[in-house]
Amino acid sequence: MIKLGIPSKGRLMEDTFAWFSARGVTLARTGSDREYAAEVSGVDGVSLVLLSAGEIPREMAAGRIHLGVTGTDMVREKIPLWSEKITSLAEMGFGHADLIIAVPNFWSDVETVGDLDAVAAAFRKDHGFRLRIATKYHRLVREYLQKQGVADYQLVDSQGATEGTVANLTAEAIADITSTGATLEANHLRMLSDGPILASQATLFASKVADWSDCDLASLAQVLGLENPDIGECC
Amino acid sequence: MDRVRQQTERLSRLFRDAGAVPVETSVLQPADTLLDLYGEDIRARAYVTSDPVLGEQMLRPDFTVPVVQRHMEEGAEPARYTYQGLVFRKQEAGTGRASEYTQVGYEVFDRTDPSGADAEVFALFAQALEGVTLDAFTGDIGILTAAVAGLSTTERRRSALLRHLWRPMRFRALLERFSVPASRVVPQLVSDLPEIGLRSSGEVEARLAALREDAQTAPLDATELRALQAILEVSDVAPNALASLRKIADGLPAISGALDQLEARLSALASRGVDVDQLNFSGAYGRTTMEYYDGFVFGFHADAQVPVATGGRYDALTRVLGQGREIPAVGGVIRPELLEALA
Repeated sequence: MIKLGIPSKGRLMEDTFAWFSARGVTLARTGSDREYAAEVSGVDGVSLVLLSAGEIPREMAAGRIHLGVTGTDMVREKIPLWSEKITSLAEMGFGHADLIIAVPNFWSDVETVGDLDAVAAAFRKDHGFRLRIATKYHRLVREYLQKQGVADYQLVDSQGATEGTVANLTAEAIADITSTGATLEANHLRMLSDGPILASQATLFASKVADWSDCDLASLAQVLGLENPDIGECC
Repeated sequence: MDRVRQQTERLSRLFRDAGAVPVETSVLQPADTLLDLYGEDIRARAYVTSDPVLGEQMLRPDFTVPVVQRHMEEGAEPARYTYQGLVFRKQEAGTGRASEYTQVGYEVFDRTDPSGADAEVFALFAQALEGVTLDAFTGDIGILTAAVAGLSTTERRRSALLRHLWRPMRFRALLERFSVPASRVVPQLVSDLPEIGLRSSGEVEARLAALREDAQTAPLDATELRALQAILEVSDVAPNALASLRKIADGLPAISGALDQLEARLSALASRGVDVDQLNFSGAYGRTTMEYYDGFVFGFHADAQVPVATGGRYDALTRVLGQGREIPAVGGVIRPELLEALA
């Protein structure tokens, strides 16, 4: 039986249902709205597991589910060396979101990450501590800034309402996921012009470390119209 | 394992016989100090843990920082220290590098004779590693620093370059930007945008003024730029390298003082029996891997692997950790596990 993990609520769940439905596979929640149970029809040998989108990468990396729908950003942030454990089967064309760095809009001296680096140097001199960037994407942001050669900054953790941290004086800049940029604008922030750290979208991933015996991935791939992936062949 | 312990003991005894006082440091080090020193990048290399009372801590990624701190707090001068123990570094998967290994170190804090202290450390390490086939490489970050400090441009541009001496990509990007006439149109401060956050509009104004001034700055002098590039390309046995650098100094006389120091170091090394005619010197050595070194740097390598021993001069580190005080310092570490694997 293939265990397919999908987000347990919201827009992402609905879009996932629609994506599968368009390919002849019906996913549906069963029981009351509050019960996390679901069923699959249109293909045999697949069971559904409803999970928080943020936990799906971890479950795939541990091999507890075979397939999972989540954002590229989640996989890259949460799973070190993700490509050794997880592979992408299909980009699903929704859930588009970019991981970006944003600064206060009135910082007219800052356009690029190079400017941010220069500002960080001056800020540290003026204020006696490293310029704070609020984010929950610590790994992705740190790797990006390291590659860009930025110094004199620190990452401060923000698990939500990150756009508010600057006005609240707990950070000078932020790194967060944005889809339309409306929240940034409402909070008087503006993204750097270098382009996003990562362009993410909802993706159907497969675990390379799950036990694929007794699983018929080939049939599912055929039904979904995907190229037959070279995992789970043994069965 | 016993052999590694014997090796560790042998090195430690050698360093104690050379006059070093044994010191110990905690495995848990306050993360703040290390983060302020190395920046966030250290998180990718050091193990971070947290303590409900002490706050964020790191498993010591090296001994140098706690040993310097200790010396700055309570040390008499001159001082020689030795230490032995485990350090912890996260390694990328697949490299097979150890994430926990022993270092035996020797550090000299002495303001009287820098060249002599450089030579003392290097010669002692060469002696400690005798009998094992290793290639010694040397370099001198001080020459590069002097070259940048000697560029005929604004103080702002010089300090921007110096700040990124250890980040070759950003350094090159800055050099390229400073080599052509400024093309950036500097914007005005937009007064009707809400001012949010700790960074004030005054700070934005100040940087805009700096950008405007920078836009008027002439590109870097082509001769000096070539000289800077040439320094990074020097790679030869020490006497030839020195001769090449002396020639380069014609285009960038500011490095002459640093070259005199290199020359003094080479004669100090020779008088301690080091065969300087066979000693490798390269202008870029130590630039990417050894962030806090700012003068003489050295490493003993077997093949292309992780060096068995590394060291160098770190005067600036003592300034940062000394809260207003500083002392010239040079030292290094040997990794007994690697040494034993070769023996």
